[in-house]
Amino acid sequence: MTVIKNPEIQASLTTGQRAGRALAGFAKYFSLLLASFIAVLPIYSCLIVAFKTDEEYALSAPMALPKNFLDFDNFRTVWVDGSMGKAFMTSFFVVIMVVVFSVLIGSMLAYVLNRFAFPGNGLIRNLFLFATLIPGIAMQVTIYQIMNRFNLINSLFGYILLQCGTDVISIYIFLQYFENLPDSLDESAILEGCTYYGVFFKILFPLLRPAMVTVMILKGIGVYNEYYTANLYLQDKTKFVTISTALYSFTGPFGNRYNVICAGVILTMIPILLIFIFCQQAIYSGLAAGAVKG
Amino acid sequence: MSVQGRALNARPRTLREWFAIPRVQKWFVIVTFALVPMILLLVFTYIPFGQMIDFSLYDRSYTKVRAYVGLKNYMRIFTKDDYFRAMLLSLYYMAGAMVQLVLALYFATLLSFKTRGGNIYKGLIFFPYLINGIAIGFIFKFFYTRGFVLDSVLGAFGIPLENLPYWLRDQNINNWSLVATSVWRYMGQNMVMFIGAIMSVDTSLYEAAEMDGANRWEQFKYIILPSIKTIVMLNLILSITGSLSAFEPPYVIMGGGASGTATYFIKMHQTAYVDQKVGTACAMAVVLMIIIIIFTILQKLFFRFVLKEGVDDMPKKQKKLKTVKQTTVNRR
Repeated sequence: MTVIKNPEIQASLTTGQRAGRALAGFAKYFSLLLASFIAVLPIYSCLIVAFKTDEEYALSAPMALPKNFLDFDNFRTVWVDGSMGKAFMTSFFVVIMVVVFSVLIGSMLAYVLNRFAFPGNGLIRNLFLFATLIPGIAMQVTIYQIMNRFNLINSLFGYILLQCGTDVISIYIFLQYFENLPDSLDESAILEGCTYYGVFFKILFPLLRPAMVTVMILKGIGVYNEYYTANLYLQDKTKFVTISTALYSFTGPFGNRYNVICAGVILTMIPILLIFIFCQQAIYSGLAAGAVKG
Repeated sequence: MSVQGRALNARPRTLREWFAIPRVQKWFVIVTFALVPMILLLVFTYIPFGQMIDFSLYDRSYTKVRAYVGLKNYMRIFTKDDYFRAMLLSLYYMAGAMVQLVLALYFATLLSFKTRGGNIYKGLIFFPYLINGIAIGFIFKFFYTRGFVLDSVLGAFGIPLENLPYWLRDQNINNWSLVATSVWRYMGQNMVMFIGAIMSVDTSLYEAAEMDGANRWEQFKYIILPSIKTIVMLNLILSITGSLSAFEPPYVIMGGGASGTATYFIKMHQTAYVDQKVGTACAMAVVLMIIIIIFTILQKLFFRFVLKEGVDDMPKKQKKLKTVKQTTVNRR
């Protein structure tokens, strides 16, 4: 949003108005700086502590800078002893599987719902719509019984399946995107002898790329940060640790060693930060689409 | 992808004639494409949903059904102090949500006008939303601990430690500390959504207003606010329902809801897994869902009757999405 400053208006301002504008400008930047400061401060405090040795942490003031910013000992500790290394492997694997699977089933269902009229179309839409009202985590008590019956407790496959199953937003994002893909694309492909499968996989699927990026990022970050069901269904922590469950386990052995815990916290943030820096716009626009799910 | 495309395309070569009938092909596509998501929806949403309602009528643990108790589990939630208290606790988070929305609206408005480094501010304020909930818990546990980050910063501004409360131990304050964490986490997300909505307002309106001598406040009040009230309402509802489900940060910061900070959600978790009262936990879940549904209906009614004219002002994107949901496709 750029407000084009009209020179005539600028010239016609009285000194009082100009002073008012200057004051408003000051208040604006001051409040923005303050908000940014508050947003960054907790993270910054965590970052500096992550580089302190045990002794330094015990003796120095919390906000004092560490002596050595290249001392990665705490990071090594969480990576190996806190099994963060293993957790990253598991989390990345889960994220990739869930994201690929979600994109596939989400786009396929959206294609069917958007392109075909059939009895049940409206019903399926409403079933998904109503599902957004049911608080997912609240149902874990009974989902647990189902997972147990199918032997999916302590199974990475079960966890991945669950993460895919509770996915509604991606279907909405794809549905919205299909609205913008003209029917003429399908029709000309069919005239050339394509089947509906061909229409979807060869013509439409590649065109969905922007929606896919959005779904992948939002879904990926959500799954990466997920704690509750990871903790519930991947109970054998010696075998399966995700980023969140590994981090939570720090309350035990590292309970008082905040320098080590902070190193773990900073580590989990790095992939998110990178994705944020490179995909800012996709995240912002995806949020706008996801917001309407309720 | 192309591999799969080819594999699926291989099918008509064997059953070509039959498959060439459009109606057959159409149903084939519908069934194959919708089957997996529908099974997942059924198994992970609707079957457990039904069971949840069923369980809520029994006194039971995970494995054993003790007795059919009818609505007693529900009565218990509303009459026993500690359950009801957990529900009241959400009021703190709702108050926080109001503050959060006002702040988000303020910053979204600022950032919608030309701002030096606007994208950087936007990014910094938004980033907390992406951080892992457990990590946020740790960050703020460290932040609030006596003599640590917050106290040092306030000390640097000349407030001595003796005058400061125990942010997490003092029961008059600790819930506000936790609510502040939640505002810190979600404000940027609200802000980004508002910025998106404000962006869709016609620029020429501002120019005309400025021509007429409207100041920033007037521009906000008469141009921006009317055109984004829908999304503001929507965010309000989402924040209210979200405040009932606050979980990770308070759970980590207070080690599982100590000192009177157990939110409704934490209480539900304890009831199910610590006390093993599965029936009561299910009843709590049902109540949570009913509250969410009530708020959703209120929202719909509000849009229909109070914001009657507001529907036309909806940002383009949202409007389109709404039609996506509502239109029944009538194509083939």
